Amino acid sequence: MAQTVKDRVVAIIAEQAVLEPSDIRQDSTLESLGIDSLGLVESIFAIEEAFDISVPFNANDPSESDFDISTVGSIVAAVEALVAARPA
Amino acid sequence: MNRVVITGAGTINALAHDVPGTLEAFREGRCGITDLDIRDRDRLSIQIGGQVHNWDPEVHFNRQQIVLYDKFTQFTLLAAREAVAQAGLNFDGHLGYDSGVVLGTAGGGVNTWDENYRAVYEEGKNRVHPFVVPKLMNNAAASHLSMEFNLKGPAFSVATACASSNHAMGLAFQMVRSGSVKAMLTGGSESMLCFGGIKAWEGLRVMSKDACRPFSLNRNGMVQGEGAAIFVFEDYAHARARGAEILAEVVGFAMTSDASDIVMPSKQGAARAIGGALRDARISGDQVGYINAHGTGTAANDKTECAAVADVFGPHADRLMISSTKSMHGHLIGGTGAVELLACIMALRDGVIAPTIGYEEPDPECALDVVPNTARTAQVDVALSNAFAFGGLNAVLALRRA
Repeated sequence: MAQTVKDRVVAIIAEQAVLEPSDIRQDSTLESLGIDSLGLVESIFAIEEAFDISVPFNANDPSESDFDISTVGSIVAAVEALVAARPA
Repeated sequence: MNRVVITGAGTINALAHDVPGTLEAFREGRCGITDLDIRDRDRLSIQIGGQVHNWDPEVHFNRQQIVLYDKFTQFTLLAAREAVAQAGLNFDGHLGYDSGVVLGTAGGGVNTWDENYRAVYEEGKNRVHPFVVPKLMNNAAASHLSMEFNLKGPAFSVATACASSNHAMGLAFQMVRSGSVKAMLTGGSESMLCFGGIKAWEGLRVMSKDACRPFSLNRNGMVQGEGAAIFVFEDYAHARARGAEILAEVVGFAMTSDASDIVMPSKQGAARAIGGALRDARISGDQVGYINAHGTGTAANDKTECAAVADVFGPHADRLMISSTKSMHGHLIGGTGAVELLACIMALRDGVIAPTIGYEEPDPECALDVVPNTARTAQVDVALSNAFAFGGLNAVLALRRA
């Protein structure tokens, strides 16, 4: 069975947090998972590589970026939107 | 302990190919950051930089030299020629044995790595030019300076990322002060504006796509630059005996390590370096009139740096001026402290404070006098130059008016 975008994003975040995917909740924040600024840019890189997308994210001002990183759920939603917009 | 003075200065950077042109740009608050003119620019997400334009090495070097000189070495030699000419020193004979060179560069011959990796990986060639190694090595510029000027004492290069040239100049200061040498050529150089050099920085997501706006609330990252600045640091008695013109006195230096994070800055580490430079110079904080900030224009650096300055200087932090000239010439990485020392010399010597350009909105976390957008005249007796590198390595120099 093909993995969903959500499953793959959760797996990436779980790997970064050194947790099992089952431990990652959609309302978890990256901070609560122990992912720091370097862990964040590494996760975004992994997401870009996994989905062949370009994530609009500037570490200087995450809140102003078009990519909402406030929770795991918001990241999944943002990645789903970017994947949907990907040229066929 | 001997006193140490600066008797020569030279530079090439995005603002100008010499010191007078650079200081004029500082006074005018001119921006040298432009669209990049490099190969494969369209594949970069960051397409601006403080690039040296109209650079034709053949004007300055012959063919045999060019095959050995990466661009960072070319920049170094050009800046050094200006500095040595101004100092009026001749290192032939005994002085050469009592003089040396210590330079900062983070990447060394990055263009040479880039071009030759292209040749073997992208173009599939199985052979590279025989001089690739002597061209790209970090110490190449220091060695070529030693050869061009007959500097036979200590000669080496320092690589501490964005603090490289401050570490280099600090060591040169200590060597002249200790009496182990009479004069040192020192400063730094960087030439990372090539596809690979920028692509690597893009990965960290700390780069701005439009401008470097240090301390401004709407800042969105750093902008890379390139170039070099070289100074002659000379024993005061030696300089005085020969009637040399003194640009400024170097009075203190301190370096510290945060020992905490590979990229995030630390207020404590920065504050210890600033405070340490003051103690080394035996000056009190209220004598400091100007600080050339590290001021990268990233969220993390600028607020941390302002907090460190506030901690060290207390109420005097609100009276001193602090500006970041990176807004004009970009971040020269290992060469940046050297170009920025020119702004300190201008403050002390000419009484003109280089502005922080691109400043649009006050940030409550950077609530210091950042000399926004327009240069200012003021008498300054002591100036500091801050450099805080990735890796948590901090280096601060203190200069006094001659």
